[in-house]
Amino acid sequence: MADLASKLPLTPAPLVPEQLEQGSSLWSDAWARLRKNKLALGSLFVFILICLFCVVGPWLSPYDSQTQNLFSGAAPPSAQHWFGTDTLGRDLMVRVMEGGRISLLVGLVATSVSLLIGVIYGATAGYVGGKVDAAMMRFVDLLYALPFTIFVILLMVAFGRSLWLMFIAIGCVEWLTMARIVRAGVIDLKKQEFVEAAISLGLSNRRIILRHLIPNVLGPVIVIATLTVPAVMLLEAFLSFLGLGVQPPDASWGVLINEGQQNMEIFAWLLIFPAFFFALTLFCLNFLGDGLRDALDPKSAGD
Amino acid sequence: MALLDVSGLTTHFHTRNGVVRAVDGVSFTVDRGETLGIVGESGSGKSVTCYSLLRLIPEPPGRIEGGTAMFDGQDLLQMTPAQLRSVRGKRISMIFQDPMTSLNPYLRISTQLVEALQSHGDIDDRTALNKAIAALEEVGIPEASRRVRSYPHEFSGGMRQRVMIAMALITDPDLLIADEPTTALDVTVQAQILEIIRQRQEKLGTAVILVTHDLGVVAGTCDKVNVMYAGRIMESGTTEQVFYEARHPYTRALQKTIPSLQKKGQKLFTIPGLPPDLARPISGCAFYPRCPYPKLTGPDADTPLLRDLGNGHCHADCHSCDSSAPIESVLPQELETDDLVPAGSDAV
Repeated sequence: MADLASKLPLTPAPLVPEQLEQGSSLWSDAWARLRKNKLALGSLFVFILICLFCVVGPWLSPYDSQTQNLFSGAAPPSAQHWFGTDTLGRDLMVRVMEGGRISLLVGLVATSVSLLIGVIYGATAGYVGGKVDAAMMRFVDLLYALPFTIFVILLMVAFGRSLWLMFIAIGCVEWLTMARIVRAGVIDLKKQEFVEAAISLGLSNRRIILRHLIPNVLGPVIVIATLTVPAVMLLEAFLSFLGLGVQPPDASWGVLINEGQQNMEIFAWLLIFPAFFFALTLFCLNFLGDGLRDALDPKSAGD
Repeated sequence: MALLDVSGLTTHFHTRNGVVRAVDGVSFTVDRGETLGIVGESGSGKSVTCYSLLRLIPEPPGRIEGGTAMFDGQDLLQMTPAQLRSVRGKRISMIFQDPMTSLNPYLRISTQLVEALQSHGDIDDRTALNKAIAALEEVGIPEASRRVRSYPHEFSGGMRQRVMIAMALITDPDLLIADEPTTALDVTVQAQILEIIRQRQEKLGTAVILVTHDLGVVAGTCDKVNVMYAGRIMESGTTEQVFYEARHPYTRALQKTIPSLQKKGQKLFTIPGLPPDLARPISGCAFYPRCPYPKLTGPDADTPLLRDLGNGHCHADCHSCDSSAPIESVLPQELETDDLVPAGSDAV
């Protein structure tokens, strides 16, 4: 018997570490789901191409965005000037690229500013609750009621005109919506037991807000952020139109579209090219935001 | 001296409909290594009592109005937020009812366990992770060193409750408060979970407060029992005393609601009537309107005091009913079930 037993494989084959499934990270899960979403993935790809076009493009182009050539003014698209030239003879393609740099920069920086302020402010108000919450949200209402233009004009008068100030001014206005949405999300989450569990573990409020609450509201926040980017770019165009934003000879997509719109009956390409890139960017960001929201939804993580 | 000595704990919720007296002067003690069961119907104040001890009551609308809770010589109810943080999770841990929502879905199990350890001591990451793995092994999670890297959604309900227990016990607390830890789980898992808690208790002398409305669980695991009704303790004592020598009509009625395997085809017994509205002041015994015993007088003017029978067995001393007979003798033989609201049904 003992002889027989010794011949039988009594111990199971040892587990090879490579065969073991790795606990998949929520972020890698989200990426896997995003990859299945063709529309979102395509949008991401196109958006990266646009960014490359704007950032790298001007260095490769033989033209300078500010050199005027009145002899070749308002030329339609041709082999030399693919997008044509504007009324002052500047190459439109380079101007679209450089305008894109500014527009994208405004979009990203101002959105980041609004994200940073809005998420922390909203999460704090929602988590602390009670009178603190009421006071903080009335302050938000107050800022909502303040006319945006006057606010920006005041800032410009006080600190002088600069591109960075405009970023901050726009960011300071856009965080209000973000704060409201994050607050609503946090109030919802606060009732969940894992927050109670975190409190009962003796964690500090700061840690609970940063580690436990904010990651859980990132889904809606990312959607709002991707919707904020286009909104911010539109605001920048509006400010530039009023003479408070980007000043000639610099350009942004908003400025170019405004110039093109004045000449659109005669020189249609002046409107078409910047408007095309602007619209394409907005589409991409919206689709991407939508895809990200679906991919990051923790409720779909279980399966 | 008892590890935890709660005296006159009173927690009220100030709602739009008035002041809800969720916990109304509750007193009890828990010694080291002891298990105290708190039983009662839904809304009897069991959970609020536990939440009050760790000051987890949302304020507002809740407010702890009075009483003391001396834990190892310090009053939990008077602690500063910083003192409280050092007690929570370190010396008193809590397990919640629903394991599905008690873990943060965005963080790995390892992160959450390590966080619990590191928030109460200077422990380097590697040591903390090893302790986390050991804690998971102890609650019976197979291949803990691999699964510690998982996310909560990769675990089943029973496994998550084990993780919760591991998290609560990882700091070797003196007192574990388990608020209906097995309500959301099926019966076999329930037995395993209770067994894990019992083993830890045996090994480390942890005191446990077990909130439940399952009288079977109480009989199997608890040394002492508090029977709560309408925010008050109706009867307390050792499990044997409360189960076999029940004095208070409510305790007796509660026992009657345990379904019996012997008698087939009978309607399940429910206590007639509804628990009282806690937003209204209750004069006298809270159980008076539903008490099946013959009434001797109208309700007392004051809340009946707890009468100590001398051996740790206490019961609310109500004189308005003649409760000398066993409860079977006063119950109507054929219950008019159509007229009754099954208010006590979840106390089964």
